[in-house]
Amino acid sequence: MAGTEGYLMAVMAVMLVATFATRALPFLFLRRLAEHPGFLAFGRRLPAAILTILVIYSLAGTDLQVPPYGLPELLAGAVTLVVHAWRRNALLSIVAGTGLFMLLQQSGWLAHLPGAA
Amino acid sequence: MTETAQHPSLFREAITASLPVMFGYVPLGMAFGILFSTLEYPWYYATLMGVIVFAGAAQYLSVGLLSAGAGLSEVFVATLLLNSRHMFYGLTMLTRYPRRGWLRWYLIFGITDETYALLSTQPQREPAYYGWVTGLNQFWWVSGCTLGALLAQVIAFDSRGMEFALVALFLVLLYEQLVSIRDPWVPLAGTGAMLVALWLVPQQHVLLLAIFLAVMALWGEQWWRAPKAI
Repeated sequence: MAGTEGYLMAVMAVMLVATFATRALPFLFLRRLAEHPGFLAFGRRLPAAILTILVIYSLAGTDLQVPPYGLPELLAGAVTLVVHAWRRNALLSIVAGTGLFMLLQQSGWLAHLPGAA
Repeated sequence: MTETAQHPSLFREAITASLPVMFGYVPLGMAFGILFSTLEYPWYYATLMGVIVFAGAAQYLSVGLLSAGAGLSEVFVATLLLNSRHMFYGLTMLTRYPRRGWLRWYLIFGITDETYALLSTQPQREPAYYGWVTGLNQFWWVSGCTLGALLAQVIAFDSRGMEFALVALFLVLLYEQLVSIRDPWVPLAGTGAMLVALWLVPQQHVLLLAIFLAVMALWGEQWWRAPKAI
């Protein structure tokens, strides 16, 4: 288990507050902040920056110096983006990329690349 | 037309409208349920999260955060910023949702990408219609989460590598954001923030610092472009 159930409940409570805060913001603070042009421009670009950070963060455990040298992540990521550029269907893209990654992980094909200690 | 005569057809309209969402939410919810099961908590917590959080990307992210034992402040900030796009959805629905009553707050709670996409493209509708659509969308999502978590218990499913679903989801969301804003400097700023954070602090604080740096960079850029406006 990743932690105690108390921890999980605390995490869920925190997520509820954070999620609700983002959804309720315009309804609570109405015009002032919500119509500020600088804030709007900032807010429109913030998600892309956060998502870039999250992509890198979620890949952070990958060891590039050991076979398969992060190749499964690179290939699966590329497939995800290509499939998405093709169909713009989130589910399809996620399934394609994740499926490939799981295949590469479980089959161990790329694990036998030269350079293993 | 009496109130009772209107209700059945409103509900039927709402079901018809939310059917396409069902086809997305049930599989995505199931994927979350299966992913969540890798944390080895009882399955009903996946259901609970679907009920009280009702946010796809944030729920996926939470699996990564939980397995890393992230601190609560980190979870709060990461969720807040990941869902920051939801702030803009409210601007459109502000004039359309009821001004008072418990339904108003449930509707606000249930603002998700798909619910917003569905409701914002239609003209003003009855509060009950909004209520049904939001409720049905959540029902599909919670069902998916539950089914996935249960399935993972019942079927010996080799889920090795499944955590990549998180990376894939973020890539897809990033793609859509970039199509919308068409600004390559933003992901570059994000990458820079992450690299600096990785260099400066240990892994458990990286996310918070990177997000802080990115926020500073973007806000600073706004200030630099129009200092008088801020």
